[in-house]
Amino acid sequence: MSEHKYQDSVQLEQVIVDGMDISGHWNKMFVPRALTQFDISGLEQLRDIPGAESINNCYQCAKCVGSCPVEYVGSYGPRKIYRKLQIGTNLIEDDYLWLCTTCKNCVRVCPKEVNMGEIIPAAREKAVLGGFIPDEIQEMLQSVSEYGNPMGESARKRAKWTKPIKDSIKNLAKAEEGESVDVLWFVGDFYAYHGRGNDAALAMVNVFNRLGVDFGILGEAEKTDGDSQRLVGESGLFEDLANHNDALFEKFPHKDLVVNDPHAYNAIKKFYPGITGNTRNVTHYTQFLSSRLDELKALMTKSFDKKVTFHDPCYLGRHNDEYNAPRELINSIPGATFIEMPRHKEQSYCCGGGGGGMWLDGLVANYTSERLSTNRVREAVETGAEVLLVCCPYEVSRFEDAVKAVNAEGKLEVMDIVEVINACIPEG
Amino acid sequence: MKILVLLRQVPDLVEDLEVDDSGKALDVSEIKFKLNEYDEHALEEAILLKERGEADEVVALTQEGEGSEKVLYTALAKGATLAKSIAISGEASDSAQFAKLMAEAAKAEGGDMIMVGVQSVDDRDGQLAPIVAASLDMPCISAVTGVKVSGNTASIFKEYSGGIMAEFEADLPAVIGIQAAEQPPRYAPVSKIKQIQDSAEIGSLSASSSNGASSIEVLALAPPPKGEGAKMLDSGKDLLDVLKDLGVA
Repeated sequence: MSEHKYQDSVQLEQVIVDGMDISGHWNKMFVPRALTQFDISGLEQLRDIPGAESINNCYQCAKCVGSCPVEYVGSYGPRKIYRKLQIGTNLIEDDYLWLCTTCKNCVRVCPKEVNMGEIIPAAREKAVLGGFIPDEIQEMLQSVSEYGNPMGESARKRAKWTKPIKDSIKNLAKAEEGESVDVLWFVGDFYAYHGRGNDAALAMVNVFNRLGVDFGILGEAEKTDGDSQRLVGESGLFEDLANHNDALFEKFPHKDLVVNDPHAYNAIKKFYPGITGNTRNVTHYTQFLSSRLDELKALMTKSFDKKVTFHDPCYLGRHNDEYNAPRELINSIPGATFIEMPRHKEQSYCCGGGGGGMWLDGLVANYTSERLSTNRVREAVETGAEVLLVCCPYEVSRFEDAVKAVNAEGKLEVMDIVEVINACIPEG
Repeated sequence: MKILVLLRQVPDLVEDLEVDDSGKALDVSEIKFKLNEYDEHALEEAILLKERGEADEVVALTQEGEGSEKVLYTALAKGATLAKSIAISGEASDSAQFAKLMAEAAKAEGGDMIMVGVQSVDDRDGQLAPIVAASLDMPCISAVTGVKVSGNTASIFKEYSGGIMAEFEADLPAVIGIQAAEQPPRYAPVSKIKQIQDSAEIGSLSASSSNGASSIEVLALAPPPKGEGAKMLDSGKDLLDVLKDLGVA
């Protein structure tokens, strides 16, 4: 105490005010609390992890907190993570590590370039190696390593969704090496295995066929793209998946590699090359279709007279800067009226499914008042739209659940953009 | 304290199972095999004992064959101290013969506790633990959900139906059939498994005891016959009519 600036102040043995004894010890209430009093080894450990160094840049301006989608329904954000680290939390062993959806909205506003998009997967990698994995994530990882998809479905049934297709579809899983196609279509888990994903996949097939696209799928040979596994810190599994899928891309020559899942787009475009050394001409289906807009418009002669709004997927928008392609398609839907939600494009609100959030509903529910997807669907309902359009296969199931949660059944429908495009093309 | 854990690969029920041309066995050419779920719990319980300082060694054992290396490397990545594959000469055509072969291998390895999964999808009778124990003249407790070891005795929590639990005390060595570990089996990260593959070695054991012909003969194997389906009733009255027709109301 002797060196403190308050050392000269008068210290009374006893203080009685209005008959009440308020004497106290000279204590922390009167001096600024020194951060050194806390154990910050957790913070030190985190900033030493390759990829997580930028956590150290945080000067707690809190711009990120206002932008964090989890903060809207709970108490979270990078600045709050940093504060917890300062007061002794070891993030690696804490549930707090798993609330981030890696939506990157904080990275957009951070003046100090604290990059949670890199910090979170790096920290989770350490957690996974140390055995600190939420049960839900553990189960998902086990399924992916066993079957190549997070649902734990049979790998052999990955092309089962193609059964209703009348004309045959080029399934390259059994084809000889070198069989070429114009478009190699990476179908993805949700299109292949989820009921509503199947609907979108079948719509996609019809749109390809009507455009006269020569395309092929990888069928039973395809495995999940791995981006969500990378983001929950299972880098070894991601590496295996990248090598597996890229070997298939190599095996079947193609002009375009089309994906429907923005997470697959992100992984193949940005992270596969670092592992495989190969760069692929990968395009999201909204980009591919908008490059054929004139042909598509000529086909879309049926009117879709509905008010529609659109949810920007984080991994197409903020992560890959693509906001126009889906909008070009939506603006071409005959009869539709397009209303933007207040939070759109760069400021789009996360559905909660990214960064492993798709498999963390149980854990996240302990820290939030409602699901992020519910919060988003409220916003969609308020626009007065009848249809919420999406172009990420994670979202259909998330938002359809949310529609039920906010009692908007019958008022708001959730549809993949390709489903609407297909609905506008008359049979023929 | 040395624990042996017997690991079995069983048909993965995520795939459709088919009967082969003989009509007496599964068509294994089309089957995907995976580690028996209960055996994963047995391994987890053994590793927990080691982590709590109640066991020094955990040896993972499995029958040599396709996929056995993956099973053993994964066990090592999770925390087993040693892994050995068991080469079996001849074929075990029923679970009793298989159990005797496992007992022979376990005896050769030597240990204070043998842990196995209480049952498996291809052995619902749960005979592995009792037959191994009988072959080695050891006590056996099955349907176990918790183990504590102190010196040469073990406290063992066994589950009965109806939510009844019992605590047993067993002198070691003993054979334990694990129903569920005290926590869900852990996940082994791929990079850890790869690291182990580069550094660890898998040992080998063999078992060849001849038990003569199996006392069980399979006459036929077939999927359960399909029922005639259910009839949806519209009202309580319809239900009453049905019950009246059946003469029970």
